[in-house]
Amino acid sequence: MPLVLLPETLTERSGPVFGHGLLRPNDSDLTAQYADEPLGERIYVHGRVLDEDGRPVRGALVEVWQANAAGRYRHKVDGHDAPLDPNFFGAGRILTDEQGRYCFKTIKPGPYPWGNHFNAWSPAHIHFSLFGAGILSRLVTQMYFPGDPLQPLDPIFNSIPDEAARQRLVSRLDMDRAEPDYALAYAFDIVLRGHADTPFEEPRQ
Amino acid sequence: MTAKSELIPSGSQTVGPYYRIGLDYLAERAPKLEPGSPGVVEIRGQVLDRDGIPVPDALLEFWSADASRAETPAAGIDTFPRGFHRVATDSDGRFSVAVAKPDPAPLGDGRMQAPHMLVLVYARGLLRNLITRVYFGDEPANAEDPVLLEIPVERQGTLVARPSAPDAIVFEWNVILQGDKETVFFAW
Repeated sequence: MPLVLLPETLTERSGPVFGHGLLRPNDSDLTAQYADEPLGERIYVHGRVLDEDGRPVRGALVEVWQANAAGRYRHKVDGHDAPLDPNFFGAGRILTDEQGRYCFKTIKPGPYPWGNHFNAWSPAHIHFSLFGAGILSRLVTQMYFPGDPLQPLDPIFNSIPDEAARQRLVSRLDMDRAEPDYALAYAFDIVLRGHADTPFEEPRQ
Repeated sequence: MTAKSELIPSGSQTVGPYYRIGLDYLAERAPKLEPGSPGVVEIRGQVLDRDGIPVPDALLEFWSADASRAETPAAGIDTFPRGFHRVATDSDGRFSVAVAKPDPAPLGDGRMQAPHMLVLVYARGLLRNLITRVYFGDEPANAEDPVLLEIPVERQGTLVARPSAPDAIVFEWNVILQGDKETVFFAW
């Protein structure tokens, strides 16, 4: 059935505000949540969360989850025949700073097969969940890696019909933030919707 | 009128089947509310698809105006937002969440809205979350709620949780994703 159009009332403008008290040590370092380091390619994933007018979204809760380097999630319904890593859970969260910046340290997730169609493989990706100032800013998306030949084959990636919009979900190799002899870095900026696209007139069916 | 956008919002993607590893922690860290304690009620029900089949891996987020950035005093910023709850469905598509029943909230034009919460629905088959509302069936103010009144009478009930006993501590409410009995979902 068609969606019902609503005005933005106080409820819709009331995005939940999370404080630093929510976070635990190593919530943003997915390589340091166990006694030993996980296997895989160590990377930094960083960027800014902006609104549509280019302003930083401060204090935004950014939550991530991902497969391990072998392409396996630590989740009971993931039946992929690939090893779990005893030193990797695959989830993190952080609050953006005053400039809207976030940074995670993690390992690069592996691609994995899934049951969408015969020989379907998901390109390497990290799931992102973001909270902004209200209902319109709430976003769940995925970050992909540059140069991944699986992207054109993937129905999830291609569920975004516009090529330019798809490419905005592909991170950028960022050698300026790479740490020599230690870790590469990928930059991924996220733009949250900040206001209704069209002024509200009459609610309609 | 809205300002002309300079940047284009990032595209939405499904939460997929594995979101619980990334999102369950929040409920574990949230303060525990006890249904029956002052102002606290339980909302429970099922998420169902078009054919009435339970959706075992849906995620619901309940928001009330209490979660407001503007409403939160700076001193309280290190606390968990009072009006926010996240709950996943179980293998039978069932969920149960204890919430502080919200106060009536202004519509913005002088009228008041009956107590309600926004509910965001995520599931692996949804490219973007759905957004609905839940009202409380024991509230006389529902009859004059400006949002409910804009919805055809035969569909209004999809947004109203029914008190399961006269004490109105437990409310029953199902979310139906598609079909004739589909829950009303909103857009802006």
